[in-house]
Amino acid sequence: MSVVATEMPSTSGLGYSHSNAPEQVASSIRQDDQLEIRIEFGGGLHLLFSQKPKYTIHIPRTIPSTSQHTNVKYLIQWMKENILSEREEMFIDGDTVRPGILVLINDADWELEGELDYELQNRDEVVFISTLHGG
Amino acid sequence: MPPTPCSLCQTARALVKRPKTGQQVCKSCFFEVFETEVHNTIIEGNGLFKRGEKVAIGASGGKDSTVLAHVLSTLNQRYDYGLDLYLLSIDEGITGYRDDSLETVKQNQVEYGLPLKILSYDDLYGWTMDKIVSQVGRKNNCTFCGVFRRQALDRGAAQLGVDHIVTGHNADDIAETVLMNIMRGDIARLGRCTAVTTEGEDTIKRSKPFKYAYEKEIVMYAYFKKLTYFSTECIYSPDAYRGHARVFLKDLESIRPSAIIDIIHSGESFVLQEGVQRGMKAMQTCKRCGYISSNDLCKACALLQGLEAGLDRSALRQTQDSTTLAPDGQRTIPKYDRHATAFELSTPPKIELHATEGIERAVKAIAL
Repeated sequence: MSVVATEMPSTSGLGYSHSNAPEQVASSIRQDDQLEIRIEFGGGLHLLFSQKPKYTIHIPRTIPSTSQHTNVKYLIQWMKENILSEREEMFIDGDTVRPGILVLINDADWELEGELDYELQNRDEVVFISTLHGG
Repeated sequence: MPPTPCSLCQTARALVKRPKTGQQVCKSCFFEVFETEVHNTIIEGNGLFKRGEKVAIGASGGKDSTVLAHVLSTLNQRYDYGLDLYLLSIDEGITGYRDDSLETVKQNQVEYGLPLKILSYDDLYGWTMDKIVSQVGRKNNCTFCGVFRRQALDRGAAQLGVDHIVTGHNADDIAETVLMNIMRGDIARLGRCTAVTTEGEDTIKRSKPFKYAYEKEIVMYAYFKKLTYFSTECIYSPDAYRGHARVFLKDLESIRPSAIIDIIHSGESFVLQEGVQRGMKAMQTCKRCGYISSNDLCKACALLQGLEAGLDRSALRQTQDSTTLAPDGQRTIPKYDRHATAFELSTPPKIELHATEGIERAVKAIAL
């Protein structure tokens, strides 16, 4: 498991100076109003996400322009707008994932966690696995 | 939502919702029920295996065959089936797909300590799938691949001196096949595609220990056991007919998870009237290569002849009743003789195949 050093709790009090922190690191520091979510792809799905099997992302704690806590439905929408790189229909079906894609939240079947309505917590790990490829 | 306790052990946290039963189970209970259900499929009736049997696992490096190799090795030890297990892989000659997945099989060979045999289309037929696709195009090439793979597995098993091939076909695959056979009107295949074991006169027994295992559970099993498998879609398959059946089935499953097992049950409940069965062609051996066939030429020899003649997709319509001598310069598909074992000598193999191929002959059979 890879955790970016700047996001470790132990470094939170060190106070990075903006002058020597590269811009992309600064913007990846989680704000209080953000959630850090780890995403992992299996079963070949990473091919739809710039070939990257793992992401650590930061998304708003509440769904923008609502007071609703960020849920998996918003996460899927966010992924579509921000990191899905090709063949959208292979991942998305309406406002959920395509049938045949398994979702695990912190290693539990999302069907036990409320599926789209699950409210994401900071440092949750969400795994998407396609079952659609040959055996 | 508070964590749900496992509905079996009542203590650990449930991590999987079983699609077949709706049960919510923890990781270790999930392993146990999954493995036990496969064991039950294996021992049901007279049992799939005979003690001391040599069994080849058709291994592609994909999720199903990787999980099958793992589960079968585990069960063979746990319940002392006394099986002699092998891995058998077919190299279809698809650059950037099969060459990579075979690396996974080689890894499995080491992990499970099972001997591995790889047989290629190029060796058997003189054609790789890359070459076939460059001649026939991307449409319908799966027909060539399917016919060639089935025979290649049998021929590889004969080379290994194996009695029995097991494949990773799961409940979803079988439900898909039931749907496809209905949509094609292939009543002969519909009648036998749900059988857990099929056996021809000369061919090796074939079984599907995952007949009742849902794809979702196979993938969950691989994930929780951290098994390495290869999962890239075949570069030639995107418009295969099966793909549409699969998407339809997945849509049904998302509305009602039992749909998969229900469709298998429907397939099992179809019974062919005796009159229809009698009208079907009896099995014989291919007059060119000796493989079991319902025509003078087996399907692979007919397809190969079309390819050698330079035909494109029309090679699919190559007749199977043409001259039995191979045209000049065309290779004959090598046939490997299986070592006879005591079991085979004492038990004449049953003839369970009354095969007809495709709708044309199924319709012919009804007409009779």
